[in-house]
Amino acid sequence: MSSHFRHFLVLLLMLLSVGVSAVEVQRPRGVPLSKREFYEEGKPFTCLDGSHTIPFDRVNDDYCDCQDGTDEPGTAACPNGSFHCTNAGFRPAFIPSSRINDGICDCCDTTDEYNSGAACQNTCRELGRNERESLRKLAEIAKEGFLLKQQLIHESKRGIEDKKTKLEEVQLSRKELVDRVEALRTVKETAEQPEKEAKDRHLQAWEDQKAVIRMEKDKGKMAEVFLELDDDADGFVSVSELLSHSELDPDSDGPFTEEEAQVILGSVDKVDTVAFETVWSNIKEKYKSEATTDTSAPVEPPHEETGEPVSDNDSESYSEDDIPEEEEEDDEDDEDDDQDDADYKTPPTVTTPEKKSDDDDEGTMPPYNQETQNLIDSAQKARDEFDEAERALREVDDQIRNLEKEISFDFGPSGEFAYLYSQCYELSTSEYIYKLCPFNRVSQKPKYGGSETNLGSWGKWAGPENDVYALMKYEHGTGCWQGPNRSTTVKLICGKETVVTSTSEPSRCEYLMEFITPAVCQEPPSLDSPHVHEEL
Amino acid sequence: MWEETFKSHSDSKPNGPSAVSLDFSLPGVEHVYGIPEHADTLRLKTTDNGDPYRLYNLDVFQYELYNPMALYGAVPVMLAHNAQRTTGIFWLNAAETWVDISSNTAGKTVFGKMLDYVQGSSETPQTDVRWISESGIIDVFIMLGPTAKDVFSQYASLTGTQSFPPLSSLAYHQCRWNYNDQEDVKAVDMGFDEHDIPYDFIWLDIEHTDGKRYFTWDPHKFATPKEMLQGLMDKKRKMVAIVDPHIKVDSSYKIHNEIRSRGYYIKNKDGGDYEGWCWPGSAGYPDFTRADMRSWWASMFAYDQYEGSMENLYTWNDMNEPSVFNGPEVTMHKDATHGDWEHRDVHNLYGFYVQMATAEGQIQRSGGVERPFVLTRAFFAGSQRYGAVWTGDNAAEWDHLKISIPMCLSLGLVGISFCGADVGGFFKTPSSELLVRWYQTGAYQPFFRAHAHLDTPRREPWLFGPENTALIREAVRQRYTLLPYWYLQFYHTHRTGEPVMRPLWVEYPQDPATFALDDEFLIGRDLLVHPVTEEGARGVTAYLPGKNEVWFDVNTFQKHNGAQNLYIPVTMNSIPVFQRGGSIIPRKLRVRRSSTCMEHDPYTLYVALNPQRTAEGELYIDDGHTFNYEKKEFVHRRLSFVSNILSSVDLAPDAQFTTPSWIERVVILGASKPSNVTLKTADGQESQLEFDFDSSMSVLTLRKPGMNAGADWTVTLK
Repeated sequence: MSSHFRHFLVLLLMLLSVGVSAVEVQRPRGVPLSKREFYEEGKPFTCLDGSHTIPFDRVNDDYCDCQDGTDEPGTAACPNGSFHCTNAGFRPAFIPSSRINDGICDCCDTTDEYNSGAACQNTCRELGRNERESLRKLAEIAKEGFLLKQQLIHESKRGIEDKKTKLEEVQLSRKELVDRVEALRTVKETAEQPEKEAKDRHLQAWEDQKAVIRMEKDKGKMAEVFLELDDDADGFVSVSELLSHSELDPDSDGPFTEEEAQVILGSVDKVDTVAFETVWSNIKEKYKSEATTDTSAPVEPPHEETGEPVSDNDSESYSEDDIPEEEEEDDEDDEDDDQDDADYKTPPTVTTPEKKSDDDDEGTMPPYNQETQNLIDSAQKARDEFDEAERALREVDDQIRNLEKEISFDFGPSGEFAYLYSQCYELSTSEYIYKLCPFNRVSQKPKYGGSETNLGSWGKWAGPENDVYALMKYEHGTGCWQGPNRSTTVKLICGKETVVTSTSEPSRCEYLMEFITPAVCQEPPSLDSPHVHEEL
Repeated sequence: MWEETFKSHSDSKPNGPSAVSLDFSLPGVEHVYGIPEHADTLRLKTTDNGDPYRLYNLDVFQYELYNPMALYGAVPVMLAHNAQRTTGIFWLNAAETWVDISSNTAGKTVFGKMLDYVQGSSETPQTDVRWISESGIIDVFIMLGPTAKDVFSQYASLTGTQSFPPLSSLAYHQCRWNYNDQEDVKAVDMGFDEHDIPYDFIWLDIEHTDGKRYFTWDPHKFATPKEMLQGLMDKKRKMVAIVDPHIKVDSSYKIHNEIRSRGYYIKNKDGGDYEGWCWPGSAGYPDFTRADMRSWWASMFAYDQYEGSMENLYTWNDMNEPSVFNGPEVTMHKDATHGDWEHRDVHNLYGFYVQMATAEGQIQRSGGVERPFVLTRAFFAGSQRYGAVWTGDNAAEWDHLKISIPMCLSLGLVGISFCGADVGGFFKTPSSELLVRWYQTGAYQPFFRAHAHLDTPRREPWLFGPENTALIREAVRQRYTLLPYWYLQFYHTHRTGEPVMRPLWVEYPQDPATFALDDEFLIGRDLLVHPVTEEGARGVTAYLPGKNEVWFDVNTFQKHNGAQNLYIPVTMNSIPVFQRGGSIIPRKLRVRRSSTCMEHDPYTLYVALNPQRTAEGELYIDDGHTFNYEKKEFVHRRLSFVSNILSSVDLAPDAQFTTPSWIERVVILGASKPSNVTLKTADGQESQLEFDFDSSMSVLTLRKPGMNAGADWTVTLK
């Protein structure tokens, strides 16, 4: 839009200048008025680059004498010449001299086709009228749009003020929150200390109790073993009786010798129950009970059983060749999920009973006594309150970050684009619905089913240096086959409304969107000289 | 019972297995050429250690280079050359064909050969060639030469010469898969004008159709094709739209219904209409081997049949190997039938007939007045009669740029002169350096078209910064200035069958240094081109042939002696091109936005003197687009410079044509300074010409002699 404006200005300036010098001044064909002085009738002409001087009758004689093409402004003889059309009624123009007499009407005043037989019509008046009309319309739109833009700027300023105020508030409340978090931390820590001590006490008592139980169990076991070993039931465990337990071989070298057994028994031939206590403590790690050896059959790993039905599914799904690829992939995903589930589910069902039986030996820890429970409850309360406060602080921090981001975000020189933030605009075409969420993302969704495609996330302002806010660039969208990631350039055009007017894909996966918004409208120059128009 | 399977396909082979084969011994021959299409060197290699060269028209996805595998077209013609003689073998068989080459000198080093020679122990060098075809009969023509030009004319007497294309089709073509819609076409057209780059044709690939139904237009994107074509016509520009031979099976599609009801589809082995997958999905393949089918097809190009077409709309036949996505090797089952013939027997001819019928349609739509322009991807011996071919789906890689030279040279040797490669490379994305170098190379190859795959970023010439735009503009402009010379070369090949783009050995048959050169080439006899095809090149070494000859750098006018390897430093704007001393080349230096806009422009004659201070050349002018040249409506002049007299004499006194074009400038290279220059025109009038002499380069420029290009005149230097 801004470029239209520049045209508008230029045009008006030119109309003014033409208006002043409406009388055609004699000069060689194709020479603009501004260069007239260099082409003086009857005087030798010097190429404008100064390279040659030629007689005046060689200007426009259809032969190129000057390197810079300036001797042939009115013919096509020079490859690099340019021809000036006055185009009275419209705007003057330069065209490459190769377009002189090529049978194509380039200048609306027909002056480029003076010798080609092309039937050109002078269309300058009409073009001028049309251009003025459209410029007038554009100016009107720009004017209204510019007013809207002022409002947007105002709103944005207020918005920013609001946000700044809000930020201050939040920052204040953050301070309070920080204090509160610290206070609660102290409360929590204070409550946790006695809690920990009480819990430790309780646990210690439980451990002691468990030790007593273990010791008694061990004694029982020892008595059992003694009986088991004392094959002849003579009240002694002898070397020979010990020898039947080859697992007790101290050096595990194969033969369990009598000498070795004797050493185990404390260098005596046999021990009674009292002396066996010492022996037991040495052998209990290795000892294998005769009664239990065959009961501890390994538990079947459950994986295979649960796995098989899954692989059945597998073969079934592959048998259907006709399923389109995508569905197949989905199936595979599902199967993976199933398998994972199975993996996670099965082990507990097998291992729990084992563990339970272990626990059963020692029993479960008795509940806390009332005093300890009270301490725990109050500590838990303090913890909950502290967590709550910390969460609140995090939320406030998020809020501050967002506010700061919005306040510092580049919403244009005067914040005029701020109103687009967190809005979305849609355009429906024959096949797709396009959605532009400014400063966030662009997407495309098929009208009749199918998933949304990301055409890019907010990248940057991408206009030319002198007009950065004319274009938005959204980047890193969904990848393209053998191509780049999708991206979208949004061209901003001045208008009264805020609306997406067109989308196209000039190059594969590179989208172009036109977006009308008052935010890019420029202040129209205050030109109140309609009489100049009338004269032309 | 003879059924054979290939992957998931089967070939029922109802007639059982068969093959025909013949061995040829070429005593004294170490260099053989031809049998396109292969992405390989100009000089054919021996095949002792690998597969034979295969001739079987196939739609090859991302083809490999320096490989004897089959590509899109097949011309079973081989040339054999030594310093004494050139001969040719034409194995007329359209079935799948293999060519094995062996040589008793292959692998011997030059030194080894010299040693043999010195010791006198050498056996005569010999090349042996075995041709094998899957079906058919042995039908062989031996072209005896003895010169290459004799072989060209002998072969032309069998299969015809290159059609004489409309002049504009020798200009620049802008293509892309795809220009999206009419707006896009308009914007690209404007882009060329804004950047002052000439072009003549803009192309539409398959997406322009209504659902890949050829002869139709997408109702949304190309709603008003005539408006679009008129817009182009107003700028004297033209368009090509694609028409492929696979026809969508769709009962609401007129073309399909007509072909089906007339029984024109190729049949499968069971007698039903053959169907395969291609761009439109399920598709039928019209039987172009039938004359009645071809004439019906031709009638579909009538303006009242092909809706939205106009006289500036031309045609591109792609996928005519034929490409069948789900067929064996992406082509048709060999046991499909064309009447009494199996597809096996005629496979390599299918694309030939598609182009033939299409070209005929274009001739007919104008009542036989206008010359057609049809580009084809598949071809066979004789395809030269129907238009242009290109080297198919190449890639944006430096090696693909290099290979475009031997690929087009090989085609030229077997009659198909109108050849080009996709400028920029079809698959992948060229660097701007590669793109510029490709434009510079393509500007000096017969068919000059930029093309790009759908999935590549846009690459119109102005999208790579002002410097690259200027480089591309300059390359394209050089092409346009030389259009009179190109047109003359095509007139020649149309008359004689001699290739336009030709290997150096054709002109220097006794110089063994030229026999394997394929990084440079000649256009006609008089222009030698050594394009820069290396990335980051600082220089190229060009071989300038011809003892006692001289060559002039067309940019600097510097003179170089022949029979030497010349190192030429290059920059990004260098296109090493040399004009042969002894030649006269006409150019039009007023480059305009299309060739048609330049029709009446004046000529500049470049007279390059040889050491004997003589030169000669020709000038050919006609209307550029009709068959009226066949009715002797043209100007054909011999230009010669002898004894300081430059003259133009009529080479075709019985021909008549009036041209407004005149001679605006004569540039004589290797001249000495005259004291005066006199022009004598046909009416006997004499006038003095002004001139400029550059003594540092010995270049004499005659200013604005002004005589009509079709008239008799002499210019005398004293």
